[in-house]
Amino acid sequence: MTEPAFSLRASGRLRRRQLVNKAMGVLAIGAALLAVAVLAIVVISVATRGAGALNLDFFTKSQAQGFNPKGGGVLFAIVGSAILVGIATLIALPLGVLVAIYVSELAQPRLARIARMALDITNGIPTIVIGMFVFTMLVAAHGQSAFAGSIALAIIMLPLVARATEEVLLLVPPSQREASLALGVSRWRTTVQVVIPSAMGGILTGTTLAIARAAGETAPLLFLTSLGVSSHADWNPFHPLQSLTLVIFSYSDQADPAYQSKAWAAAFTLMCFVLFTSLAAKLALARYRKKLGG
Amino acid sequence: MADSHAEKESALERTRGRLDRIGDPALKAITFGAAALAVGILVVIAYELATGSRLAFRKFGLHFLVSQAWSVNLNQFGALSLIYGTAVTAVLAILIATPLAIAIALFLTELAPKPVRALLGALVEMLAAIPSVILGLWGILVLGPFVQNQLEPFLSSTLGFLPFFRGAHYPTGILTAVLVLTIMVVPIVASVTRELFTTAPPELREGALALGATRWEMVRGVLLPAARPGIFAAVALGFGRAVGEAIAVTQVIGSQIGIHLSLFGHSDTLASRIAGQYQGASTNLQISSLVYLATILLVISLAVNIGAQLLIKPIDMRPRRRRIALDRAFEAQGLSAD
Repeated sequence: MTEPAFSLRASGRLRRRQLVNKAMGVLAIGAALLAVAVLAIVVISVATRGAGALNLDFFTKSQAQGFNPKGGGVLFAIVGSAILVGIATLIALPLGVLVAIYVSELAQPRLARIARMALDITNGIPTIVIGMFVFTMLVAAHGQSAFAGSIALAIIMLPLVARATEEVLLLVPPSQREASLALGVSRWRTTVQVVIPSAMGGILTGTTLAIARAAGETAPLLFLTSLGVSSHADWNPFHPLQSLTLVIFSYSDQADPAYQSKAWAAAFTLMCFVLFTSLAAKLALARYRKKLGG
Repeated sequence: MADSHAEKESALERTRGRLDRIGDPALKAITFGAAALAVGILVVIAYELATGSRLAFRKFGLHFLVSQAWSVNLNQFGALSLIYGTAVTAVLAILIATPLAIAIALFLTELAPKPVRALLGALVEMLAAIPSVILGLWGILVLGPFVQNQLEPFLSSTLGFLPFFRGAHYPTGILTAVLVLTIMVVPIVASVTRELFTTAPPELREGALALGATRWEMVRGVLLPAARPGIFAAVALGFGRAVGEAIAVTQVIGSQIGIHLSLFGHSDTLASRIAGQYQGASTNLQISSLVYLATILLVISLAVNIGAQLLIKPIDMRPRRRRIALDRAFEAQGLSAD
C-alpha cells in the first residue's frame, strides 16, 4: 500500500467549514431542547401545584361563600364552560361545514379565494377584539349572557372548523365523486351522501381541535359572561354563566394562597382537557389522513 | 314489458327530477349563504367597532394615537403609551422567538432522526395548545419570581450600563411579558417554517450538497433564501399573535401607563388595557376609548394578516430562481459560479 499523496484529514478552510457546520447543528439541537424544556417546566409546575389542590369537592361543589376561600369547588364553572363551548360548537360546526362545502365543492375559484381569505383573516383577529365586537353588538343592549360568550367562541371556531373540513374534503378521492355522478346521482346527493360521510372522521377531529382551542379561550369571554364565581346552580345560557378560564383569570392575581391553589387546580383540569383532546384529535387526524391518502 | 320499464324509469325520473331540481340549487344557495356570512362577519366586526369608538373618536380624533393620558377622572384617554408597550413587547418577543423557531424547524427537518421528528414536532405543537390564561398564571406565580430574583439582578449586574436594564426589580413587567409572549410565538413560527422546509423541492438540497456544501452552507445559502418570503410571513403571523394577546399579558405586565426605557418596569399594551380595564369601565367615554383601542388592534391585525397571506407561498422553483439558489450555494463556499 502506498501512502496517499496528501492527507485525507480536513485542514484549514475545510476544517473551519466543518466546525461551523457542527456548531450550527449544536445550536439547532439546543433550541429544540429549550422548547421542550419550557413545555416540561410549564406542564410540570401546573401539574404539581394543581394536582395537590384537587379533591372531590373541587369537582362536585360550588365556591364557598363569604370569607372562606378554602372550601368548595368550581363545579358550576365547569358546567358553564361546557355550556359555552357546547353552544359555540352547535353554531360553528354546521356553518363551518357548509362554508367548506361551498369553498371546495361548489364555488368558482375567485369566490372561493375570497371566502378562504376571509376565514384566514378572521382566524388572525385578536380574540379580545372579537369579545369587544360581541360586547358592542349584543351585551351593551341586552346585558351579559353565556349565549353572547358562545357567539364570540363560535366566531373563533368557525375558521378552524371550515379550514379543517376543507382540507379533508380535498382528501376525499375524486373517484368517489365521479363514480356517484356517473351513476346519475345528482350533485347535492353526491355531496351529502357520498362526500360528507367519507370526510366525516376528519370533520369531527377538526371540530375537536376547535373545541380544545375554544375551551381555553378567556379574552373573548371577559365582558360577555360572568367573572365572579357564584354558588348557585344555573343552566340557563341566557344568564351570565361562569367559565373555568375566567375562574383561573380572576383567581390568578389574588393574594390569598387558597385562591391561588384553586387557580392551579382549575388550570390543571383545563390543561389536561385541552392537551388530551388536541393530542387525541391530532392522532386521529393523522390516521384518517393516511387512510384517505392511501 | 318495455312499456312498464319505461314507465318505471319515468316515474323515477320524475321524483328524482323534482327533488334534484330543488336540491342542487338549494345546496348551492345554503352553502353560499354560509360563506357570505363568514365574509360578512368581518364587515360587521369592522362596522360595530367603528360605531362603538365614535364617541372617543369625536372627542380625541387621531390625537388619541399620540396622547399618553389615560385618566378616568379627567376624562382624558390616549393610546400612545399602550402602542409603545405593544410595540416593545411584540418586537422583543419576535426578535427572541424567530431565531429559536427557525433553529427548531431546521432541527426537525434536517437533523433529527425520523422518530424524534414526529415526537418533537408534536411536543412543540403542544406548547402552542396551552391556553394563554394558564401561561399567564404560570407567568405570575412561577416565572415572575424567577425574573425578579434571578434574571433581573443578573441582567442589571452584567448589562446595567444600558438604560434598558436599570430600575427596581418586579415579578411583573415588560420583561416577564416578553418571555411569556416568546413562549407563545415560538411554536407558531416554528410550525409554519417547518412546513416550508419540508415542502422545499429536494433538488434544492441535493444540488447544494452535490456541489460540496456542508449541511449548514446548504441551509444558509439555499434553503433559507428560498424560504425567505415564507419565513417573513411566519414571523408576521407570530407578530400578529403577540400584538393581540390580551390575557397572559394582562396577568404579567403590571398595567401601568407611561413610557420608560427600562424593561424591568410595568407597562401595558393595547390588548391588555382592554382586558384589564373592562370590568371597571364606568363612563361611556371610557368604554368608547376601549373600543377605539380594539379598532386599532383590528387594523393592525388586518394589515399583518393580509400581508402575511400575500407573502406565504410555497418555495418558488422557477428556473431563474433555481439558478440564483445554486449561485448562492457557490458563494457560500467562496466559489464563483462562473
